[in-house]
This record gives sequence, C-alpha cells and structure tokens, in this order.
Amino acid sequence: MTAPAPVELDRPRSQEDQRPDLPWLAIVWNDPINLMSYVTYVFQTVFGYPKTKAEKLMLDVHHKGRAVVASGTREEMERDVEILHSYGLWATVKRDD
Amino acid sequence: MSEVKRVRRGIRLRLDPEEAALVRMMAEQLLALLGEPDEPDRSADPLAAALGISEHAEKPDDPVLARLFPDAYAEDAGAAREFRRYTEMGLRDGKREAAGIVLATVRSGEDVMLDKEQAQAWLRALNDVRLALGTRLDITEEWYEEVAELDRDDPRFAMYAAYDWLTMLQEQLVQALF
Repeated sequence: MTAPAPVELDRPRSQEDQRPDLPWLAIVWNDPINLMSYVTYVFQTVFGYPKTKAEKLMLDVHHKGRAVVASGTREEMERDVEILHSYGLWATVKRDD
Repeated sequence: MSEVKRVRRGIRLRLDPEEAALVRMMAEQLLALLGEPDEPDRSADPLAAALGISEHAEKPDDPVLARLFPDAYAEDAGAAREFRRYTEMGLRDGKREAAGIVLATVRSGEDVMLDKEQAQAWLRALNDVRLALGTRLDITEEWYEEVAELDRDDPRFAMYAAYDWLTMLQEQLVQALF
C-alpha cells in the first residue's frame, strides 16, 4: 500500500481477525497502489469495523503482505471478496487450515 | 489546486479546468477499458445472462484488467473461474456506473456538491484509474525515488504526474469522507 507522503509506522502486533468456528477466510493482499487511508476506509465501510480495528488490519496487510479480514461460510466470504473487488482491493477466499 | 471539503450536505469539490479535464479523460479511458456492457449472446443461456452469470470466465490477459478483476482463489484455478463467472459482469457494471457518475458530476472551475454515494463513486473510480495507471507503470512502493531519476522527456513522466495528482485527490476525498 502507499500514502501520498512518506509515513513512519510502528510494526503492529500479530493478531488475526477470525472466528475460529468458521472455516473460510477472506484475505486482503498488499499492493503498491491502494492508499493506506483508502484501505482503512474500505474496511470500515464494508465490515463496519471501528477505525482502530480497520487501521490495525490495514497495517497488518501493509507490513505482513496480507491479512485475514473476515471469516465465515464460503458463501459469506465470496460475497465479502466480491465487495472488496468492487473497491479495487486485492482479496481472495481461502479455506482455513 | 483542487479543493475537497466536507460540508453539511456532503462533499464540496472544486477542480481547476486542467484538473477537471484530466479527471474526465481518465474516467473516459476507464470506461473504454471496461468495454461495453455484454451484448446478450443468442447462443448463451438467457436465464444465466439475466442473472449476470457469464459463459466465458477466463482471467484477462491484459494485466490492468487482471488487476481490476483479480482471481478470488489464489490456489484453485477452477474455483477462481467459477467465482469469475458469477461476479465479473456485476463488478464491471459497478465500475462502469462509478465512472459514469464521475463524468456526470465533474465540473471545471466551479463547485460541485457530491452526496455520500456520489463521493464514494468518485473514490472507487479514482482508485480504479490509479490501479490502471499504476499497473501500466509497474509502480512500486518506492516509485517517488524512481521517478526522481526519470528524464523529463520520458513519455512515462506525464503518466507519473497524473498518477501523483490522482493519488492526492483520492487522499483528500477519503479524508473528507472519514
């Protein structure tokens, strides 16, 4: 991800956002074009996450190359990924293993 | 210089004539890239077509289209194809619609009032334009340094400048929408 001006950010602690009882994951991958602010905004808008949580997930994507942003049934995750694609994020569905 | 401001009724946007012209040109190019809505194919299953399910669903060869419509499964080509069959038409329509909203609302040198939905359409369309430009330029997170060494006569220079300005405009819009 990118920002219009260089920013210094602390490395976030590792923590993933998933419900352990549900077997499918939506993953967002880092890319050099999407803005950090925009990705945060999309997580807030699509998932209704509070800003702190959306920012933490955005930083996970940025620093680790990808992050699990949701978990649920396969149908739910495909729906989430379709919406993330509509916003131009690079997202994939994966079975949790 | 562009001005983006949150006001009570939504987002107020003001672009200089050359900025408005750039936005217009980019939105038109995005529409051209996305292509016309699929013609109803007589040989296709009409029910499937009505439901937005496409007959052909291969990952596009063009790297820009492949970035706008990425595979939804990283390690399962069959599942990725199936997802594409069911989603790509709808995603294309949504992207086309957002670019259309930009073209319908962009004004040169005067204030534009965007409601939240229109502002979101601007945000998505600007992002798609940046994805297209950035993919063509093979942009990296260190592109500022790379472009500093680029010759001013290099044909990519104007694309980098457009990309940079669109990045700033998108940032202003997203900050206004938070």
